[in-house]
Amino acid sequence: MQPVFDVLTVFFLTVGCVLAVTGALGVLRMPDFYSRLHPAGKTDSLALVLIIIGLLFQCSRYPGIGTGAAIRLVLIAGFIFLTSPVATHAIAKAAMLAGLEPWRKADEPHV
Amino acid sequence: MPGVLLGAGLAILAGVFMLLARAFAGPTPFDRILATNAMGTKTVIFVSLLGFISDRPEFLDTALAYAIINFVSTIAILKFIEFKRIG
Repeated sequence: MQPVFDVLTVFFLTVGCVLAVTGALGVLRMPDFYSRLHPAGKTDSLALVLIIIGLLFQCSRYPGIGTGAAIRLVLIAGFIFLTSPVATHAIAKAAMLAGLEPWRKADEPHV
Repeated sequence: MPGVLLGAGLAILAGVFMLLARAFAGPTPFDRILATNAMGTKTVIFVSLLGFISDRPEFLDTALAYAIINFVSTIAILKFIEFKRIG
Protein backbone atom coordinates (compact mmCIF):
# COMPACT_ATOMS: atom_id res chain seq x y z
CA MET A 1 0.00 0.00 0.00
CA GLN A 2 2.90 2.38 0.73
CA PRO A 3 3.95 2.81 -2.96
CA VAL A 4 0.44 4.05 -3.81
CA PHE A 5 0.60 6.44 -0.85
CA ASP A 6 4.00 7.68 -2.06
CA VAL A 7 2.60 8.50 -5.51
CA LEU A 8 -0.30 10.37 -3.89
CA THR A 9 2.16 12.25 -1.66
CA VAL A 10 4.22 13.34 -4.68
CA PHE A 11 1.07 14.49 -6.49
CA PHE A 12 -0.32 16.54 -3.60
CA LEU A 13 3.09 18.01 -2.71
CA THR A 14 3.66 19.06 -6.33
CA VAL A 15 0.30 20.81 -6.66
CA GLY A 16 0.70 22.43 -3.24
CA CYS A 17 4.22 23.69 -3.95
CA VAL A 18 3.19 25.12 -7.35
CA LEU A 19 0.35 26.98 -5.61
CA ALA A 20 2.63 28.22 -2.82
CA VAL A 21 5.31 29.53 -5.22
CA THR A 22 2.82 31.15 -7.61
CA GLY A 23 1.04 32.75 -4.66
CA ALA A 24 4.29 34.23 -3.37
CA LEU A 25 5.14 35.42 -6.89
CA GLY A 26 1.73 37.06 -7.09
CA VAL A 27 2.32 38.91 -3.82
CA LEU A 28 5.65 40.10 -5.20
CA ARG A 29 4.39 41.19 -8.63
CA MET A 30 0.84 42.52 -8.19
CA PRO A 31 0.46 46.30 -8.64
CA ASP A 32 -1.25 47.37 -5.40
CA PHE A 33 -2.23 46.22 -1.94
CA TYR A 34 -5.79 45.08 -2.66
CA SER A 35 -4.74 42.96 -5.61
CA ARG A 36 -1.98 41.43 -3.49
CA LEU A 37 -4.63 40.16 -1.05
CA HIS A 38 -5.90 37.83 -3.76
CA PRO A 39 -2.82 35.57 -4.22
CA ALA A 40 -1.84 35.79 -0.55
CA GLY A 41 -5.25 34.95 0.88
CA LYS A 42 -6.43 32.19 -1.42
CA THR A 43 -3.41 30.23 -2.54
CA ASP A 44 -1.88 30.14 0.93
CA SER A 45 -4.62 28.21 2.68
CA LEU A 46 -5.18 25.86 -0.26
CA ALA A 47 -1.45 25.15 -0.67
CA LEU A 48 -1.13 24.38 3.03
CA VAL A 49 -4.12 22.02 3.01
CA LEU A 50 -2.83 20.20 -0.09
CA ILE A 51 0.65 19.76 1.39
CA ILE A 52 -0.85 18.55 4.68
CA ILE A 53 -2.92 15.98 2.76
CA GLY A 54 0.26 14.88 1.02
CA LEU A 55 2.01 14.50 4.38
CA LEU A 56 -0.94 12.55 5.83
CA PHE A 57 -0.13 9.68 3.46
CA GLN A 58 3.37 9.49 4.98
CA CYS A 59 2.09 8.95 8.54
CA SER A 60 1.76 5.18 8.03
CA ARG A 61 5.57 4.99 7.90
CA TYR A 62 5.72 5.66 11.65
CA PRO A 63 3.94 2.81 13.45
CA GLY A 64 3.97 4.13 17.02
CA ILE A 65 3.47 7.86 16.52
CA GLY A 66 1.78 7.91 13.12
CA THR A 67 -1.74 8.27 14.51
CA GLY A 68 -0.80 11.22 16.70
CA ALA A 69 1.01 12.85 13.78
CA ALA A 70 -2.07 12.42 11.57
CA ILE A 71 -4.32 13.99 14.22
CA ARG A 72 -1.93 16.95 14.55
CA LEU A 73 -1.78 17.39 10.76
CA VAL A 74 -5.59 17.50 10.57
CA LEU A 75 -5.63 20.01 13.45
CA ILE A 76 -3.09 22.26 11.69
CA ALA A 77 -5.02 22.11 8.40
CA GLY A 78 -8.35 22.87 10.10
CA PHE A 79 -6.89 25.74 12.11
CA ILE A 80 -5.21 27.39 9.12
CA PHE A 81 -8.28 26.85 6.96
CA LEU A 82 -10.34 28.77 9.54
CA THR A 83 -7.88 31.51 10.50
CA SER A 84 -6.18 32.39 7.20
CA PRO A 85 -9.33 33.91 5.60
CA VAL A 86 -10.09 35.70 8.88
CA ALA A 87 -6.60 37.25 8.96
CA THR A 88 -6.82 38.28 5.29
CA HIS A 89 -10.22 39.87 5.87
CA ALA A 90 -8.92 41.70 8.94
CA ILE A 91 -5.95 43.09 6.97
CA ALA A 92 -8.24 44.25 4.13
CA LYS A 93 -10.67 45.87 6.58
CA ALA A 94 -7.86 47.63 8.46
CA ALA A 95 -6.46 48.98 5.17
CA MET A 96 -9.90 50.17 4.08
CA LEU A 97 -10.49 51.91 7.43
CA ALA A 98 -7.04 53.51 7.20
CA GLY A 99 -8.14 55.09 3.93
CA LEU A 100 -5.96 53.20 1.46
CA GLU A 101 -7.22 53.87 -2.08
CA PRO A 102 -7.61 50.98 -4.54
CA TRP A 103 -5.34 51.15 -7.59
CA ARG A 104 -6.94 52.36 -10.85
CA LYS A 105 -5.90 52.70 -14.45
CA ALA A 106 -4.85 56.22 -15.38
CA ASP A 107 -7.88 56.96 -17.57
CA GLU A 108 -10.48 55.23 -15.38
CA PRO A 109 -13.06 57.63 -13.89
CA HIS A 110 -13.24 57.87 -10.12
CA VAL A 111 -16.55 56.31 -9.07
CA MET B 1 10.90 9.90 -0.29
CA PRO B 2 13.06 12.35 1.73
CA GLY B 3 14.28 13.81 -1.58
CA VAL B 4 10.74 14.72 -2.62
CA LEU B 5 10.03 16.28 0.77
CA LEU B 6 13.31 18.21 0.58
CA GLY B 7 12.40 19.53 -2.88
CA ALA B 8 9.03 20.67 -1.55
CA GLY B 9 10.80 22.39 1.35
CA LEU B 10 13.12 24.23 -1.05
CA ALA B 11 10.13 25.39 -3.12
CA ILE B 12 8.48 26.71 0.04
CA LEU B 13 11.73 28.50 0.95
CA ALA B 14 11.80 30.16 -2.49
CA GLY B 15 8.28 31.42 -1.82
CA VAL B 16 9.33 32.69 1.60
CA PHE B 17 12.15 34.73 0.03
CA MET B 18 9.76 36.30 -2.50
CA LEU B 19 7.43 37.28 0.36
CA LEU B 20 10.42 38.64 2.28
CA ALA B 21 11.25 40.88 -0.69
CA ARG B 22 7.67 42.19 -0.62
CA ALA B 23 7.87 42.74 3.14
CA PHE B 24 11.05 44.79 2.63
CA ALA B 25 9.66 46.73 -0.33
CA GLY B 26 6.39 47.71 1.35
CA PRO B 27 5.23 50.32 0.44
CA THR B 28 2.36 50.43 3.00
CA PRO B 29 2.43 48.76 6.45
CA PHE B 30 -0.45 46.54 5.32
CA ASP B 31 1.71 45.06 2.56
CA ARG B 32 4.28 44.15 5.17
CA ILE B 33 1.66 42.60 7.48
CA LEU B 34 0.20 40.61 4.58
CA ALA B 35 3.62 39.33 3.52
CA THR B 36 4.53 38.43 7.11
CA ASN B 37 1.25 36.58 7.59
CA ALA B 38 1.80 34.58 4.40
CA MET B 39 5.38 33.89 5.49
CA GLY B 40 4.04 32.50 8.77
CA THR B 41 1.75 30.11 6.90
CA LYS B 42 4.67 28.99 4.77
CA THR B 43 6.76 28.50 7.92
CA VAL B 44 4.07 26.18 9.30
CA ILE B 45 4.29 24.12 6.10
CA PHE B 46 8.09 24.11 6.25
CA VAL B 47 8.24 22.97 9.88
CA SER B 48 5.79 20.15 9.11
CA LEU B 49 7.91 19.09 6.12
CA LEU B 50 11.07 19.30 8.23
CA GLY B 51 9.60 16.85 10.74
CA PHE B 52 8.96 14.29 8.02
CA ILE B 53 12.34 14.93 6.34
CA SER B 54 14.19 14.20 9.59
CA ASP B 55 11.88 11.25 10.46
CA ARG B 56 10.59 13.02 13.57
CA PRO B 57 6.87 13.89 13.18
CA GLU B 58 6.96 15.35 16.71
CA PHE B 59 7.88 18.62 14.97
CA LEU B 60 4.17 18.97 14.20
CA ASP B 61 3.57 20.27 17.74
CA THR B 62 5.89 23.18 16.90
CA ALA B 63 4.02 23.78 13.65
CA LEU B 64 0.67 23.86 15.46
CA ALA B 65 1.97 26.32 18.06
CA TYR B 66 3.43 28.49 15.28
CA ALA B 67 0.10 28.56 13.44
CA ILE B 68 -1.66 29.83 16.56
CA ILE B 69 1.03 32.44 17.32
CA ASN B 70 0.99 33.62 13.69
CA PHE B 71 -2.76 34.27 13.73
CA VAL B 72 -2.76 35.99 17.12
CA SER B 73 0.20 38.23 16.24
CA THR B 74 -1.39 39.31 12.94
CA ILE B 75 -4.64 40.24 14.66
CA ALA B 76 -2.73 42.02 17.46
CA ILE B 77 -0.69 44.14 15.03
CA LEU B 78 -3.81 45.04 13.04
CA LYS B 79 -5.68 45.97 16.19
CA PHE B 80 -2.76 48.15 17.26
CA ILE B 81 -2.73 49.95 13.91
CA GLU B 82 -6.50 50.41 13.89
CA PHE B 83 -7.08 51.54 17.50
CA LYS B 84 -3.54 52.68 18.47
CA ARG B 85 -3.61 50.36 21.49
CA ILE B 86 -3.64 46.60 22.15
CA GLY B 87 -5.89 46.27 25.22
